[in-house]
Amino acid sequence: MTIARVDFSPEQLAEVRRLQGLYPDKRGALLPVLHLAQETFGYISLEVEAYVAGLFGLPPAHVHEVVTFYTLYFREPRGRHIVAVCHNLSCHLAGAQDILRHLEARLGVRRGETTDDGRVTLQAVECLCACEAAPMMQVDDRYEMNLTPDKVDRILESLR
Amino acid sequence: MAETVLMRNFERPDSHTLAAYRAAGGYAAWEKAKTMEPTAIVDEVKKSNLRGLGGAGFPTGMKWSFIPKTHTGPVYLVVNADEGEPGTFKDRYLLERDPHALIEGMLITARAIRSALGFVYIRGEYVQPWRRFSAAVKEAYDAGLLGNGFDAVVHRGAGAYICGEETGLLSSLEGKKGWPKIKPPFPAIKGAFGQPTIVNNVETLCCVPPIVERGAAWFAGLGTKTQGGTRLYSVSGRVKKPAVYETSVSITLRQLIDLAGGVSGTGRLKAVVPGGGSAAILTADEIDVTMDVDGLKNAGTMIGSAGVIVMDESVSIPEALLVLARFYAHESCGQCTPCRESTGWIEKIVHRIVEGHGHKDDLDTVLDVAKRGGGTTICAFYDGAIGPYISYIEKFRPEFEALCRP
Repeated sequence: MTIARVDFSPEQLAEVRRLQGLYPDKRGALLPVLHLAQETFGYISLEVEAYVAGLFGLPPAHVHEVVTFYTLYFREPRGRHIVAVCHNLSCHLAGAQDILRHLEARLGVRRGETTDDGRVTLQAVECLCACEAAPMMQVDDRYEMNLTPDKVDRILESLR
Repeated sequence: MAETVLMRNFERPDSHTLAAYRAAGGYAAWEKAKTMEPTAIVDEVKKSNLRGLGGAGFPTGMKWSFIPKTHTGPVYLVVNADEGEPGTFKDRYLLERDPHALIEGMLITARAIRSALGFVYIRGEYVQPWRRFSAAVKEAYDAGLLGNGFDAVVHRGAGAYICGEETGLLSSLEGKKGWPKIKPPFPAIKGAFGQPTIVNNVETLCCVPPIVERGAAWFAGLGTKTQGGTRLYSVSGRVKKPAVYETSVSITLRQLIDLAGGVSGTGRLKAVVPGGGSAAILTADEIDVTMDVDGLKNAGTMIGSAGVIVMDESVSIPEALLVLARFYAHESCGQCTPCRESTGWIEKIVHRIVEGHGHKDDLDTVLDVAKRGGGTTICAFYDGAIGPYISYIEKFRPEFEALCRP
C-alpha cells in the first residue's frame, strides 16, 4: 500500500475535532485519531506521525513514542488481512503452536511476516482473552475460535 | 450453585439492547439511586463488601470514599475494560451481553462520587465488544439516560497489557504511552488529566445496580465474611467445559473445576493457575481453597482476575513457564530497570532450560533475580511476574532439573 498524500478529508478533520473535544485535554484523543489515521493511510509512517502531531500541536517525537509503544499500530505496510494467533497459556495448552505452524506452512511466511501478494500478515500475539474457545485467533475485526487445521484452511480461503 | 447475579441477562434474546434490559427490570436501580444521597450510595456499597474484581481486590466503597470531600473541580469515573490478564475473558461477556448493566453501574457510581464525565477504556483488540458497547451507549443517550448530568466516552486502547494497570491506563487515556505512575498520589486524589479519578473494573461496576436494588445485606450474604457477592470465574485449559461460571466467592477451587466438567486430557490434575497468569500456581493437592480474595491470599497466591487455567498431568510446567516468561518480557513497559531487565533475562534462561541447554544453577539464578526485584518497581506488573517464576520452579523443581545438564 502506498501513501499518495497524507491528508484527512474535511469530514475526517471534523471527526478529529469532535474526538479532541471529548477529552478535558485534546491529547486524550491521540489514540483514537491514530486508529483513524491507520484506517485511512494503511499504516503509521513517519509522515503520518508528523501530520497527526500537527493536529495536536505536539512534537512528532511525542507521537512517535506513542505509536511505537502499542502493538496495534503498524509502522510498515501490512497485509490486507491481519491473522493474529494467540499463543498465551490457555491457547498453548490447546495447541496454538500447531495452529501457527500450520498457518506458516499454508501461507509460506513466518510469524511476523506478510505474504508476497500482500494478502495476509501473520502474527503470534499475547492473550486475546477468549481462552474458553482456545486455540483462537483474531482475523481483522473478528475472533475465530476453537480452531482446527481444517477450520483455519476455510478461513484462509475466505480472505481475498 | 449460588444465585445468578452478573449473568442474569446473558441468555435473554437481544440482551444487549435497551429494550431487553428494561424488560428485565433494568435501570430500576438507577431510578432508586437518584433518590439517594451520594454518601448513602457509598455507604451501601461499603456494607456490601464488594471488592474490586479486576485484580487487586480493593474494597470498592472505600476506594470511592477517597475522593477529597473538599474538591470542587471535576471528578472522573474511568472503567477499566482493558481485559488482558492471561486466562480471563469475563469482561468480554459483560460488554457484549449486558452492556446496559455496565452503563447503569456507571450512572450510579458517578452519582456516588459526584462525577459528570466517565471514560470506558476498552482494549483495542476487542472490536466487537467495543461496537456492541458503543451501540448501547448511543441507545442510553437517545433515551436520556446519559447526557443528563453524566456523559460517557468510549475509548479504544491500542494493544498493551500494561494499560490494564490503573495508572498505566490513565497515562494511555491521556494520549501517552501507557507508563504507570508513581503512587501516591493515588488516582482518587490525582488521576486522569490531573483530577480525582475512580478507576473500576467492568465486572465491579456491574455489581453496583444489584447492590442498590436489593441491598447491601443481600449482596454481602452471597459471599464470605470479607467479600460479598458472586463473581465471574473464567475457566480454561484442560477442563471438559471451559466457560465463564458465576458462583459465590465462597466456592472452593476443587468445586469450581468440577463445575467446569472436571479435568480433561489425562483426567488427572497436575496444577492450576487460580487467578490469571500472574497468580502463583497451585499443585493438585492445594485446591481445597476458597476462591475469594483472602482465601487465595492465605494460600500464598491471588484471585487476581479470577482466570482459572487448569493443567492436567501431561502438561509441561517448564513450557508453561516459558509461555508466561515470554509474555512478561514482551509486555514489560520498560520504565523500571528491575522489571525491564529481569523479564528479558528470565525469558532467555527459561528458554535455554526448555531447549535442554540449561544448568541446574540456572534455576537458582532465576529465583534469585525474581526475589530481588519484588517491590522495587513503580507498578505491580513485576510483582505479578515473579509469582509464576518462583512458584513454578519451587513447586515443580524436579521437572525443571530433569531438563537441565548437571
